[in-house]
Amino acid sequence: MGGAFNVNHFNFMLTGAVWTVGLSLIAFAGGGLLGFAIALARVSRNRLLRWPATVYVQLVQGTPLLIVMFLCYFGLAMLGLNLPAIVAAGLSMTIYVGAYAGEIWRGCIQSVPRTQWEAAECLALRRWQRMRLVILPQAARIATPPTVGLMVQVVKNTSLASIVGFVELTRAGQLVNNSIVAPLLVYMLVAGIYFALCFPLSWWSRKLEVRLNFAHRRQPDLAFAPA
Amino acid sequence: MMGYKLEFADVLAQWPLFVQGAWMTIQLSALAVVLGFTIGTLCAIGRRSRYRLLSFACGTYVEAVRNTPLLIQIFIVFFGLSSAGFKIPAFAAALVALVLNVGAYTCEIMRAGMDAVHKGQIEAAECLGLRRAQVYWHVILRPAMEKVDPALTSQFVLLMLASSITSQIGVEELTAVANRVQSDTYRSFESFIVVAVIYIVLSWMMRGGLWAIGQVVFTRRRKLGTLA
Repeated sequence: MGGAFNVNHFNFMLTGAVWTVGLSLIAFAGGGLLGFAIALARVSRNRLLRWPATVYVQLVQGTPLLIVMFLCYFGLAMLGLNLPAIVAAGLSMTIYVGAYAGEIWRGCIQSVPRTQWEAAECLALRRWQRMRLVILPQAARIATPPTVGLMVQVVKNTSLASIVGFVELTRAGQLVNNSIVAPLLVYMLVAGIYFALCFPLSWWSRKLEVRLNFAHRRQPDLAFAPA
Repeated sequence: MMGYKLEFADVLAQWPLFVQGAWMTIQLSALAVVLGFTIGTLCAIGRRSRYRLLSFACGTYVEAVRNTPLLIQIFIVFFGLSSAGFKIPAFAAALVALVLNVGAYTCEIMRAGMDAVHKGQIEAAECLGLRRAQVYWHVILRPAMEKVDPALTSQFVLLMLASSITSQIGVEELTAVANRVQSDTYRSFESFIVVAVIYIVLSWMMRGGLWAIGQVVFTRRRKLGTLA
């Protein structure tokens, strides 16, 4: 036993939490850009865009994030690049988020009613204009709740970066535990900090979903109202 | 790649280890899915209960699990419980953590499915004098499962992939095997590529298996032949 839990330990864990947030933001920015490209490629009419995107999504969604991290970590080393752990962690999170965000957004783009495409076509908009001016703004509204939900997954999954040696919240907790050996206390505290980061996002996501559902539900409810 | 050549021979020579690891992953996932689905479904019923305390307890469990990382949950179960005097082997700890984890997600999914069952059907069942448990068993459960079947399948595949994290407490599943092989052969990149391929195959098999189960369980779907 290396003494009792004290304020310094807690501060160290909070510093780790800042890195968790940082890595989440990197993952979300990188993964968001990649995911947007994937979503557009997946709904493209061009087979040369659609196929590689489909294969990419299939591969990433069939592989655990942990394996993706090891591959990035050892892969970068194999290329002779001696980069800090955050690069491997950020890269693997980007690859991972790209696939999941891409699939979510593809679904949202495809759930915009067909008639919107047709109406836009009647207005003589070109394909890209239809996408940009008519479809994407509507898809963005549908996409907001699941995207916020994905952010929760991203924050939680950054915990795996601890395994390739990046000192974020989980790794900070492990280091503190190594010195004072109080796993139940330390990991409960770590869990509490994660909860404080994730729960507001979950709550917000659910709230957005309820609001969106009201707008969608009103008509079908009337249509099926018992006579 | 500066002169690096991928060399799979040494890694593939260890194939019995990979088979063992894959078998362990399959066992762990199958058990976690069955137990987690049971707990999740019961929890969904609990959340819909009229008893505030019960629905609050189920809701707290779900939120606590869904807003913390699986890795931390595994650490709490394994190191936390052993420091509190409950010594359990790594496999059991991993299983408990995975079951609790997938149970919470299943609860949310099943609740959505149960909420989507038409009110009129439940009222009709009540008029026929069915008790609450009977209503759930005969009227709500199967249509609810059928409605959320794709979401459940995705969740269970995610669970199988997430079982890789249990390697961190020493469960000898696929990822742990990859770590062992890479430290024996010094072929780290190749080891993880091999394991990634195995995981992809496993996830396809799992999707196929769950689809087949769906075809058997949801007889309506088979008869209509239209609902994919």
